[in-house]
Order: sequence, then structure tokens, then C-alpha cells
Amino acid sequence: MSPNTQTQNPVPTYTKKDFESGVDPRWCPGCGDFSIINQVQKALPNVGVARENIVFISGIGCSSRFPYYMNNYGMHTLHGRAPSFASGLKVSRPELMVWVITGDGDALAIGGNHFIHTMRRNLDIKMLMFNNRIYGLTKGQVSPTSELGKKTKTTPHGSPDYPFNAPALAMGAGATFVARSIDIEGAHMGGVIAEAAKHKGSTFVEIFQNCPVFNDGAYTFLTEKAVKADAILRMEAGKPLLFGKDNKKGIRFDGQKAELEVVTIGENGITEKDILIHDPSRSDPTIAFMLANLSDRPGFPTPIGIFRSVRKPTADEMTWDMIKAAKAKKGDVSLRKFLSDAETWTVK
Amino acid sequence: MQPNTGKTRPVEKVDGVTIRFVGDSGDGMQLVGSEFTKASAIAGNDLATFPDFPAEIRAPTGSLAGVSGYQVNFGSKDIFTPGDQPDVLVAMNPAALKTNLQDLRPGGILITNSGAYNAGNLEKAGYKTNPLDDDALKKNYKVVSVDMDKLTQAALAGSGLSNKDVARCRNYFALGMMYWLYSRPPEMQLENIRKKFAKKPDIAEANVKVFSAGHAFGETTELFVSQYTVPAASLTPGTYRNVTGNGAAALALAATAKLTGRQVFLGSYPITPATEILQDASYFKEMGVVTYQAEDEIAGIGSAIGASFGGSLGVTTTSGPGLALKSEMLGLAVIAELPLVIIDVQRGGPSTGMPTKTEQSDLYIALFGRHGEAPIPVIAARSPADCFYATMEGFYIATKWMTPVLVLTDGYLGFGSEPFRIPEEGELKPYTVAYQTTVNDPSGYMPYKRDAKLIRPWAVPGTAGLEHRIGGLEKDSMSGMVSYDGMNHEKMVKTRAQKIRNIVEDVPDIEIEGEPTGDLLLVSWGGTYGSVRGAAARLRAQGKKVGHVHLRWLNPLPKNLGAVLKAYKKVLVPEVNDGQLANYLRMSFPGLDPLQFNRINGKAIKISELTAKVNEILG
Repeated sequence: MSPNTQTQNPVPTYTKKDFESGVDPRWCPGCGDFSIINQVQKALPNVGVARENIVFISGIGCSSRFPYYMNNYGMHTLHGRAPSFASGLKVSRPELMVWVITGDGDALAIGGNHFIHTMRRNLDIKMLMFNNRIYGLTKGQVSPTSELGKKTKTTPHGSPDYPFNAPALAMGAGATFVARSIDIEGAHMGGVIAEAAKHKGSTFVEIFQNCPVFNDGAYTFLTEKAVKADAILRMEAGKPLLFGKDNKKGIRFDGQKAELEVVTIGENGITEKDILIHDPSRSDPTIAFMLANLSDRPGFPTPIGIFRSVRKPTADEMTWDMIKAAKAKKGDVSLRKFLSDAETWTVK
Repeated sequence: MQPNTGKTRPVEKVDGVTIRFVGDSGDGMQLVGSEFTKASAIAGNDLATFPDFPAEIRAPTGSLAGVSGYQVNFGSKDIFTPGDQPDVLVAMNPAALKTNLQDLRPGGILITNSGAYNAGNLEKAGYKTNPLDDDALKKNYKVVSVDMDKLTQAALAGSGLSNKDVARCRNYFALGMMYWLYSRPPEMQLENIRKKFAKKPDIAEANVKVFSAGHAFGETTELFVSQYTVPAASLTPGTYRNVTGNGAAALALAATAKLTGRQVFLGSYPITPATEILQDASYFKEMGVVTYQAEDEIAGIGSAIGASFGGSLGVTTTSGPGLALKSEMLGLAVIAELPLVIIDVQRGGPSTGMPTKTEQSDLYIALFGRHGEAPIPVIAARSPADCFYATMEGFYIATKWMTPVLVLTDGYLGFGSEPFRIPEEGELKPYTVAYQTTVNDPSGYMPYKRDAKLIRPWAVPGTAGLEHRIGGLEKDSMSGMVSYDGMNHEKMVKTRAQKIRNIVEDVPDIEIEGEPTGDLLLVSWGGTYGSVRGAAARLRAQGKKVGHVHLRWLNPLPKNLGAVLKAYKKVLVPEVNDGQLANYLRMSFPGLDPLQFNRINGKAIKISELTAKVNEILG
């Protein structure tokens, strides 16, 4: 334990209310952020961690106001830099549960470097990225997840930039837990957040979030009743990757082409046995990558749920193993002895 | 050359000597220099050293860019600097001679390896003819030209070592000669060699042979007219070790963790010339130091602030370009009022500038380099060993006053070394770094409710009932919640500024070295301390009415500074920059217009050049 650890109190029984700071959120009416904070506050009473040992750290953007509305320790830091604060806090205080709340611009544009390195290190930090595909706080500029051709205040003739696929980026950077959900899918999101809370290691959850003011309808291609069933692929561990109105469509791995394809059960001799079984715990991330990339391909559904969840030693665990080993080996060294650990000579 | 055994040379007693060892990067001159330094320390001399290595990791062998050097100044009286001008130059090849000869004191001793003056090396150094054949050289200096290649080979004849291994031993020949020249007992060095090469006994024996051959050569050759001895200095009794400034700063992290019982968290990113602090500190795990090599400069300070929010004593180390990148983060630490130490090992700037060369040009950025109203305390170390105490003081101030503190050192101090008296057990006092553990107001925990000194409490995660949120937005003067109220902002800006001014209670009054009044007062800060003190002492010895004050605290300035500056007829500010302290003093003390002496050549100020400047001013 780090020397600045406070007493470890037994974890009381909490309700959602215990995690509400009482400050009225300054989000626009209808903002997807309300739904997200609601799910987080619902999930936290069940994570088995005392309220005072949970810390929310955010950067800058609409999403980053989040810590002010939680009744935990929190820090609202600088644009893009939240992961760096979270990393220092987690390495120094590994017993704390550290969450990073960020947005697409904060995490992937100005904070891209901190983002990839936090994922790479597999620090036990839980990052929720609210992806509204726009800069909201600055009122409507193109973001690194805005789609190609998107017209915004800074791209009046359409964006010439390709967007990031956030889960693929997180996996490429080494995240050990990668998931996606949608703001209006409350129950689904709650489940994903609960799993994220349980995971030990770099945890990345992308939440598609509608910005009703600057990018309204960004996700209607997924969420409209008429298209929903065909557009969303709900990944569940141990279950075949089926979707569509009657769950007749499925994802098959074509071994010869080494790619994923959409097939229909009952057509061309396809049965449920042909459908890929979802397994986020595969040590090889290739299939998870392929699934993440489906969302950018026409004719394919957009997966939600957990892409990847594997357990590896975390950077904070390994750091403290080294510290413990050094302490065990050297014992309690007096300051004078420590300072004398060099070639010395005496002056009389 | 006929050996002349049995003939003893006169032994001359000298107060102090400056020796510079230079050679190709692969010649092992840093090793020879540091070994000779150790021997001088053990002989009881006061000393100071400075290494000078090329910016390139591996410049071509024999080239001018590949010359690497090490200078040591040792003596029986107070040594303030690594020395202005070498009295002895040990140059292992033509390139080393070419780049360093101009610094050798006229009449000084030049020891050089004549075996390295072949056509190829002469050409690489840009010599058309062999400079050793130049009569002017022999007229201006005492030239001791020795074919160390051949003598090393002869000493190792039949050893079975490869030519490459044999060539590598040559530096010990030079060291052996220097041991003889300065009457150092060789036994200890033999033991050191055997210890150093314990895993390669054949190399150890080869080096022992070559070192002994060099020593014997000094003793028997007639090339040296006399031998020298430097009496011990009168230093404070105690156990000593050598420290570089960077090494001393790293030690201070461990000492602070020990004295406070709190974790010291160093988040940093490698940058010349500050990297050694992170490297050294990463070995101090058992002392309570946690190190974290971040992905960039911004994350270095970000992780340190994050750790400080968690109750650790956060620290980050950097140099100029890194400090520029950290500016926004520093502003956050200012507005959040979290303890943080930033150690800036200054180098030549702007931009990438001269990474391995020293400069004092980060004073402005330290004092003013943040947007918004964001004053912070600034402390500057004055010598390599003082980097220990300046860093320790930085932590004390940061935790007591809940503020980031900038500790300025520089490349000259960071790489330079001097003896460091190891504090006795109990000499360094433990102090308490307290967290807030109880609610401090009837309406709940108020993270910005201050005490009489305007210091806010520090509650850390894990403390039940004190959960709170802070950040970079302006905050309510009590609750810390976001506040866009203009009057609240003005109050907070003024409160934060006043808190920093209040730190003056921890700033000792400045003391004049010399008379209370006089003709000219030298005002130094940071790494120029040694040169300026040395110059002032020399000038006073010449009968000049010259005083010296040294500023350790740049913000807040010592209370009595204004009065002290008026006590002398003239004020001269020597700096390795274009006049940053001089301008700061003009701003802080309207009406004062100090004279300036500025060098921006990547080197420390020489005692001799400053002495000459003062003499010119005083006429």
C-alpha cells in the first residue's frame, strides 16, 4: 500500500443517491450525457468499492463536466490530459478505483498520445468515452470521429478526413477491455459499465452519445426503430453473433478469405452452426479487431457490447511488485546509510 | 629516451590546480578524470569538476566533434568552480589538442599522446603539419609529448590481448603519469582497477600494468621538471562523497520521502540535461520514491499532479523545452493549489538550442511563463551539492504552502560535481505533511477554506466524508465548485498571489559577503555562484571594495534585498543569459539600474573574465 493510503473502511451499502453530488448538470436538455451518468450512478453501488476510494478524472468538453455531478473524489483537468493525471494517481495509489471520463475530441484528438499510452500500459483505469462525433462545447466543429464528408462549422464543404474507429484504436494500442454501447440503450450500457468496473486493466468503453444541439441524429442510422434490428449487432460472450428482426442474420468467418461476412440462416444451407461464437477472451485480438471494423463497412451491422476482455498483469500491479521486492531486499534503510551508498571519504 | 632512475625531482607545493583531460569519445577520458578526482578527494582537497561531452552519441573516431573532456579543479583552499583555465591539459589526440589548446594557461603543461599524431588523425583534426613540431607550442607551454600507444603496447607485450583491448588501456597510462605528477599514492588506484574489472581479470591486470607503467614513466622520464603536491583543504569534518547536481537532486527525492514518511512520485520524460535525475531516482524504490516515465513532457507533469491529488509529493524534472510544454499544467497546479515540485535543469535555448550546454535563460519562463495570473515560488540551486538542499526546500515549500514550486538548476550544475558532506544522522529534520481528515465547515468540507496564511487544506482520496471535486475552472472561494462570478475570480486571483507573497516568511534575509557598503556589489543567482564568489574574493584580495550577494530565492525575493542593493555605489549582475535577473531587478526595484555582464556561450562565467570586467568598471 502506498504511504498516503487512508484507513480502509468497510464498504457500506449504497444506493444511487449516494453517488449524486447534488449539483445540477449543465448539459443541454436531451443530451445523451444524462443517460450515461444515470447508468454510472446506478452501477457504482454494486462495484464493492467505498465511495471515497473512487475517483473520476476528466479532461475538457461537455462530457468532462461529469466529475462535478458525482459524489466522489474528482478532478476536472486539462483538454486531452485526463489520462496522464489518472495514470499518476493510479500508479501512486493502486488501491483507488480510477475512472476517466472523456469525449471523442478530448481522447482522440488533443489527448491522442495519452490515450494510446494509457491503453498500452494496461494501467487499471476505466475510461468512458462519450462519442458524439462533434465538438460540442466549442459549438460544432469536426471531430476525429466525424464521418468522412461531414459538414460542420469548420468543414463547410464536407470533412476530407477519415475518422478513427475508437475500439479498433484502443485494441491496437493494447487495451485489455474494449466495449461499446449507446446512450439510449440504458440497460445495455448499464451492463457494459458493470463489466468495465469489474475488469482489472486498461478499460475502454465507447458510448455513442447524441448531441441534440450540434449533431442531432448522429446515431439514428442505428437507433431508429425501423432499422435498429438490422443495424445493431449485440455481441454476447458465448453466443452466436446473430442480428436482424428474427435473429436470422449472422456473422460468419470465411476461413478462405479470412474475413467476416453477413449470412442468413436458412439461406444457401446456412445453419446456426456456421455463425461465429462471440468470445471476448480470445488472447489473439484479430477477431475482435474485425468485429470493431465492421461498423465502418457498408452492408454490415455496428457491433455493441464487449469486443475484448482479457486479463494481463497491470502496470500498477507490476510497479508495486517491484517496490515490494526492493523493500523486502533492502529493508528499512536509514537516511544516512542511504546517502552513504557511494565511494566515501572522511575529513577530520 | 633514457630512463633516469634514482633521480628525484623537486616537489613544488601548490594551492590549487586545474586539469583538463580530453580525448576521443572512446578514449575513456571521463573515467580517467573521475578516477583522478576521487584520488584528490581522498587526499583531502576541495574540488569541483565539469565534464564536457559531445552532443553526438558516437561521432567518428578522431573527429573534432567526437572530442570528450573532463575538467577538475582541486586545491587546498575553497574551490568555487571547476576552474577557469586548465593549468594542465592532457590531450590524447590531435582533435583534442585542436579544440582545447586555446584554453590552456600560457606556460601550462600540455601532456599529449604523440602516437596518435598520424596522418589520418592530423587530417581529421584539420592540421596540415604536425602541431607537435611547432616551435611556438614549445615556447608557450611545457610540452610533454609521449608515445602512449607504443608504451602501452610495450607494457602489454605478450599479454595475448587483442590490439583493440591493448589500445583501450592507454587511458590508464595517462592516469598513471598524473598520479606521479601530483604525488598521489598509486596503491589505492590499483585496488580500484581490480575492483572495477573484477569480472574481467585479464583486462584488470592489463590496466594495472599500464597504469604502473605510466606512473613509472613519470618517475623516470626527464620530461617533467618537477612534481607537485596540493595540501589538504580545511573542510568541515565529516563523511564525504562526490555528487553531480542531477545526482544530488535525485537523492533529495529519497531524503524527502524519508523525512516526511510520504510517497514522492516522480513523473518525468527524458530530456538532456535532466534525465539523470529520473534514472537515479528509479533506484530509490525502497526509500519511498515511485518513478514513472511518461509518454511526453505534458504527461510527466500531469502524472505528478495526479499523484499530488492522491496525496503523494508530486515532482517532475525537465529542461527548457519541456518546461515550455508543461506551462498549461503548471497553471492547473496553481489554480488547483496542489503541492508540486518542478526541477528545471536549464540548457541553451530557445527551442532545442544547445542541449548539452548550460544557460540561465529560463528565469523569465520560471517567473512569468504561464497564462493568466499565476505566480509561483522560484528557488535556484547554487552548486552541484546545493541541488540536494534546493530540491529539499522545494518540497518543504510546496507542501507547506500548497503550491507548485520551481527549482532551477542548470546543465553546469547538473553535470558538474563536487564533494558533498553526508549529513549526520538526525541532522536533516523530519517534518509533517498533514492531510485534512475532518470536515472543516458547518456546511461540509470546503477545500478552499484557508488558514490565516491563506493556505488551503489538502484532503486526499480515501478519506470518507471529504469527497470533493477540483479542477482548472475558476472555483468558488470556499467550496471549490465552478464559479464564473467575476468578483469571486478577482478575489481568488488576489488571494493566490498574496499566498505566494506570504512565503517570504520562509525566505532568509540576504547576507552580503564583504563590507556592508562599498563601490560595487555583485549580484548572482543559480549556477554562477561559484564564479562570482571567486571573483569577489579575488577582487577584495586586490583591495577593491566589492561585495557579493547571491539570490537563492527568486520569488519571493528576500525582504531586505532592496536595501542591500542600495548599499553599494554600483550593482553588477553577471549572468549566463542576456540580462534576465537584471531586468527582473529593474522591475522589482524601480529606479535601480544594475550594470550587466552577460555570457551566452554555453559555458559558465570565468572568474578571470568577471574580475577583468569589474576592474574595467572601477577603473
